Order: sequence, then structure tokens, then C-alpha cells
Amino acid sequence: MRDTPSRRVLFQVGAVVLALLVTTVVLIAAKAPPLAAFANIVQGAFGSWDVTSNVLVAWVPLLLVTSGLLLTFTVGLWNIGIEGQIILGGIFATWALRVYGSSGMSPTVVLILAFVAGMVGGSLWAMLAGALKTFGGVNEIFGGLGLNFVATALNIWLIFGPWKRPGVASMSGTLPFDQRLWMPTVTPQSMLSVPTVIIAVAAIAIVYLMIQGTYFGLRLKAVGKNAKAAYILGIPTWQHMMASFALCGLFAGVAGAVQVTAVYHRLIPSISSGYGYLGLMVAMLINYKAAFAAPVALFFAALNVGSIQLPIVLRLDSSLAGVLQGTLVLFVLLGHGVRQRVLKKPQVVS
Amino acid sequence: MLVELRDIDKTFGKVRANAAISLRIPPASIQGVLGENGAGKSTLMKILSGFYTPDSGEILLDGKAVQIHSPADAIRHGIGMLHQDPLDFPPMKILDDFILGRQGGLFPNHRAASREFRELAGQFGFALDPEAYVDSLTVGERQQLEILRLLWLGARVLIFDEPTTGISLPQKVKLFDTLKKLAAEGMTILFVSHKLEDVESLCTSAAVLRQGELVGAAEPPFDTRLLVEMMFGKELPLAPKKTAVPGGKILSVKSVSIEGVRLQIRGVDLDVRSGEVIGLAGMEGSGQSLFLGACAGLTQPVGGSFCLDEDERDMTGRSHLEFKKRGVAYLPAARLEQGLVPGLTLTEHFVLSEGLGGLFVDRKKAEALAKERISTFNIKGTPESVVEALSGGNQQRALLALMRPRLTLILVEHPTRGLDIESTIYIWSKLKERCEQGTAIVFISSDLDEILQYSDRVLVFFAGQVSPPLRAESLSVERLGALIGGKDWENLPKEAVNA
Repeated sequence: MRDTPSRRVLFQVGAVVLALLVTTVVLIAAKAPPLAAFANIVQGAFGSWDVTSNVLVAWVPLLLVTSGLLLTFTVGLWNIGIEGQIILGGIFATWALRVYGSSGMSPTVVLILAFVAGMVGGSLWAMLAGALKTFGGVNEIFGGLGLNFVATALNIWLIFGPWKRPGVASMSGTLPFDQRLWMPTVTPQSMLSVPTVIIAVAAIAIVYLMIQGTYFGLRLKAVGKNAKAAYILGIPTWQHMMASFALCGLFAGVAGAVQVTAVYHRLIPSISSGYGYLGLMVAMLINYKAAFAAPVALFFAALNVGSIQLPIVLRLDSSLAGVLQGTLVLFVLLGHGVRQRVLKKPQVVS
Repeated sequence: MLVELRDIDKTFGKVRANAAISLRIPPASIQGVLGENGAGKSTLMKILSGFYTPDSGEILLDGKAVQIHSPADAIRHGIGMLHQDPLDFPPMKILDDFILGRQGGLFPNHRAASREFRELAGQFGFALDPEAYVDSLTVGERQQLEILRLLWLGARVLIFDEPTTGISLPQKVKLFDTLKKLAAEGMTILFVSHKLEDVESLCTSAAVLRQGELVGAAEPPFDTRLLVEMMFGKELPLAPKKTAVPGGKILSVKSVSIEGVRLQIRGVDLDVRSGEVIGLAGMEGSGQSLFLGACAGLTQPVGGSFCLDEDERDMTGRSHLEFKKRGVAYLPAARLEQGLVPGLTLTEHFVLSEGLGGLFVDRKKAEALAKERISTFNIKGTPESVVEALSGGNQQRALLALMRPRLTLILVEHPTRGLDIESTIYIWSKLKERCEQGTAIVFISSDLDEILQYSDRVLVFFAGQVSPPLRAESLSVERLGALIGGKDWENLPKEAVNA
């Protein structure tokens, strides 16, 4: 069999079907009605404007980190330290709000400062992983993982130490910021902030253009596909790796700033909420193609939000979304592997 | 053990690596297997040691046909192979490395193994401490460890693939003594080498492979001239050659020393002038790639200096990117590993190599550039072809097409390896065009005819030794072949004065 686009789609669809099947088996094993469970997830994600707006709230940081990760994947790096980069973004944004919040500057300026600080924080943390790799010979996966733990510890120390609530420190985070410093939301109760949605969409659009159309993106691709040849072609390799780390960290930092300014309005211990790891899964699922990032991230966000009500309605754990997401990624990757074994490469031009 | 190979055939893609090779090696003998790179020596040995299965043909041990499916199978039949790069485990203790591969038992009996190791090592006078770590050993000692390990596993046939590469002279003497001793005990030894001298001083008979075929056999006393002729083919009448008028100085190499993984190059001096072609001859891994890489700033020398251009700008310690800025191009032999980026199209390659500035890629301009280069270099492919879909010859053309217009120096490894005659002639015509524009070329080739045909001067590499520059017209294929094989080096310095 030849490898054609239609067969490729067939493999993707097959992977989705298999993932649903496995999840169904898990549900049956847990003595839960599978159809009702799936229906509940859909209901939970799109049943009302309220829940759908929550899906968008989850979509924003997920799309931001996925955008960043597409750059590091393009240059051939596994930026697993993305979680820590989100956390540092949150910490830096919080710091900016604390410092400038009461300075008398207009809230808009302060919020912009907070976002810039978040970018700087995420970027620095990512470059630390990059420096460890470039100058210390530490694989970015190990370095990133280590830095994730450090970032978490730093976050908790801040919440329970220097930035603790007056009187008593709490797992619920720092004292909420003054309402003036909250990102504007569509309704006072909602967490959905239109500017953040615009930022996320802009991020993926920028990344898409960067990879598709710019010299920089082409050089990243070349380094990712063959660093040695890229170097001989005249591309400074480690500088490009470092740049992609910095940019990825920047997007992660924005995600952290969004969580702090628009969603929680304070710094909380689990500020990254696992969006970094989820973003890695989205990037793998879309085979590192920026064009599919937005819909797939939306799908993952919907699964996360939709499964929240499973414990209430069906007495199922909400981790079902994780099961579905995980199996989906596994089957899609498996599909790639099987496809490469079964289908022949396109014919050689001789 | 009597080893017989009958009509062994092995094809990789379009290349027939072994064509109906038959060889009979009696016990208690040392069989030399000679041939240049790509002659099929390693393939044949890997078939015997179970790494490859032959497409057809059979292997007989003591007259009995056997099927060897894996290296573990081979050792069960008593065949062990020492690879050119020892396949051992540097972070492990010698004793653990020694025990590995032994079948049976959940827990190895260290004490017994240690005793046996010492006994066996004592027999050959190897001073190896079983408690030391493998990475503390020299290459020669690692070979000793491998010999002991294979003997302990019951090997009766030992294959040595280029064992004298990267070991010191005393170790070589020791190795040869050991091999003679093993043969005297009835072992069958296969000694694969391209070093004539080694084969001549050690082997009880020699077989020569060329382009996958067994082209001849010889018995001692060996006739060097005949062996060279069998290895490299008959001397071809050379087409008349234009001698370039050397121009200004392009590259000065001043007593450069380079350290590679397995060999050192000491004190190389060379001045390359504009329009000149320098051929680097030698068997693969004799140091010429190391030297060429250093000329491009890809490897840093440990001593000496590289200067570029008339003004002798010192480039020692500079990165390849800085060499590139000064008009040095490097074309590696491993096209898909080092030269091209699989997954990117031809257009994308041209865009990258031109180093155009700006933010966005100008698609129209890029495609026009690609089309122009594709037609100039006669590449069979489209601007949208990904490079891995091109044939080897077209990949090589693409590599040449990637060179920027104005260059002072082109460094190229194996410019025509694996290409047909037509492509070869084409590629050299393109390179010669550059020379006429004043570019100097330094190239590596294992094809002696190519070296003599296209170079003005030749540097011969042998195990890290480098000859002074020799004028190509003063050399014959036979003489060059002998030098590459490590013979006749005594007479060199005198010649260099004339050069």
C-alpha cells in the first residue's frame, strides 16, 4: 500500500475510534454506562453558555503553551519544562501586580506590565533549561523536569512565605488582587476574558506564520531535522535552540499571567494546572502541525471541562477525561508507527 | 576448524556487496582478507559472524553446512568476531564485560569467572586487571579483552576486522604474537585489513576482494606489486591534464596537529594556492577526514595554525561559521547525515544556504532560485522534492548546487563516491569550473584514479601519518597504492624536496 493523504486520515480516524473503544471498556469495567458518560461530557462542555465559556477559559492557556511547544518541537527539543515556565510566568506576573498595583498607574498599564513580566519569567526559566542543555550537556527533558520541581517549590515558598496572606498562609493561595487589577471578563461572574482569547489566537497565528513563512522558522526546521547539516549549511545551531526555548517560555509565561490575572486573580499553588503536559499531548496529537492546534486544543479543553460534572451526575471520577486524552494520544502515535511500517514511502525520484 | 564459504551472495539495494564468493580456510592458519573500502570485506565477515544472512550461498564448518542467524548463533558454532571498534561496555568492569554473553544461570559465578579470566590472560601474557573498568583500557587492551572473552565463550574461529588501526606498535607486535600463537593451537584466524605490510608479515595466505568479487589469492612470499594491482585494478592511461598555474595563497596549514578518537595527526604543513586541487589519499579512517574537517573549522587542532587568504588571517580556533563567512565551503561525504536536511525540499535548502536576510521567505524568489540551480546542475527533481527522495547522484549534485557563488576554498569528501561515470564527469567539470575562477579545492577520495586524475598535488595519509605534498604526475596508481598501504614511506622526504 502507498502512503496517501486519504490513508493518513484513515489512520487518524481509526486512532480516535480505538481510543473511544478503550475508554468505553474502562467505563464498562467501572460499571458505568458509557453512552451516558460520553453524553455527559458533551453536555458538560457545550450544554450551556456558562460551561462553554469555561471551555474557552481552559482553551486559552492550553493553546498558548501548545503554540510555544510547536517551536521547541520544530527545533527538535522536548521542552518538558513547560510546566515550570508557566509557573514562573504566574510568579513574575504576580510580582508585577504586587509592585505596581498600588503605584497609582492605570490598571491597564499595570496589567500590561504583569503580562510582560510573565513573559520574561517564563522565558528566563526556559532559557535556563536551554543553557543547561547547551553549556552543561544536560538533556532538556531531565533539566526541564528538574526545573519543574524547583518552580513548584519556589511557588509554594512564595505563597507560604513572603507573599502569604496577612495572618495565616493558605493552600488557596495569596490574597486576591484588587478587583481593578482583574482582567476584564464578559460578565462579572465569568472567568472568560476576551483579550486573553485574542492573545491566544494571535499566539497560534504568529507561530503558524513563523514556521510556515519566515527564514527563522525554516532555520528552526532545518536544525530540528538535522542539526549537523544545518550547521554546515551555515545556521548557528545552539543559538536557534536557545531562541526557540526563549520563545516557548515566553508563551508559557503568558499562559501563567493569564491564569493569575484573569482566572484566579491570585497566585495559587497549582497555577499551571497541568496545562504544560496537556499541551505536550496536543502537540503530539497534531503531529506538530500548527494548523490543527486550535481545534484540538479546544477538544481537549472541552474534555477537561465536560468531565467536571461526571462525579456529581454519574459518580464517576473526572479523571475520565485524562483516560480519553491519554489513550487518544497513544493510539495516534501508534497509528503513525504502524503507518510507517505498513505503508510504503512515496516513490523515489530518480 | 575448517571454514568454507561457498558462493556467498549479498546485495544491498542496487549494490552487490558480495558476488559468489568462495573461500576455504583450513584450521591453524591466518587468512588475510585484503581490499579497499567498499570491496565487500566487512560484509563477508559479517555474514560469517551472523550479523547478516547471505542472499544465497552456504557456510560449512568442518565440512558440515550450518545456518548462522545471529552473532549468538555464530559463537555457538565457535565463530567470534572482533570489530574494528571494539563492541564492549566502557562503563563496566572488565570482569563483567568478560562474563556478558555467557549463557545460563541467573547469577554469574564471579569467582570462577575471575579465576578463569586470570588463567586465560596468563596464557597470552595479557596484563589485564579484571576489577578495572573497561574505559581505562587502550584500544589494544580492549582487543585483548575481546580475544579472551571470545575464547572463553568457545570460539575456534576468530575474525579480526582492521585490528591494527589505532593501536601502538608494541601492541601490534603483541597482537601478532598472540595471533600466531592462536593459529599454532589450531585456531582459524581471519585477518581483514587494507594494510599490505600487516598482511604480508602475518598471514599464511591472502585473498583479495574488489567491488564485491574475489579477484585473487596469494601465498607468501607475497608480491606487493601484484597485491596492489589486485586491490585497485590495473593502471588506467590518464587523460592529458592541464596543469593549473597556481595563484595567490588561499590556505596555509602550519605544523598542525589534530587528535581524533583513535589517531593523532602531527605537524602537517601545506600551502594551498588559488586554482589548485589537492587530493587527500588514504584508506578511510587514516586521518584525512579529520584533517579536512579541521581545515573547515569543524574540528579544532591541538597545535599549529590555519590561515586563510593572501593576508594570512589566522583562523585557528574559529568556528566553521566564520570559515564559511570567509568563503570556505565544506561538502561532507555523508550526504543525508551531514550535508542535507531530510524532510526539507530543494527550494528550502537553497533558501537556507544563500543565507538571505529578511523576515519572511520570498517564495517566488526562492522558487526561481531553486529552478535556476536545478537546471544548472542538472538535478533530476523538482523544487518541491524532499532531498531524501533524490538518488545519490542527484543528492551530490544538490550538495554542489548549494555552494555559494563566490568561494575561495572548497573542501569536499568523496565528491563522486557511489556515482556513475556520467555524474562523476559532470561533478568534476563543475568543480574544475570553480578552479578556473580561482577557487582552490581540497578533496578526499579512496579512488586512486580520481586522485591522480584531478589533483595537482597529493597528500597521502596512513594511520595518522601524513606525507609531504607530492606532485600528482610523479605518482602512479601502483606507487600511491603502496603508500596508502603503508609501504615505501622511507623514500618520501627526498621526494618532497622536489615537489
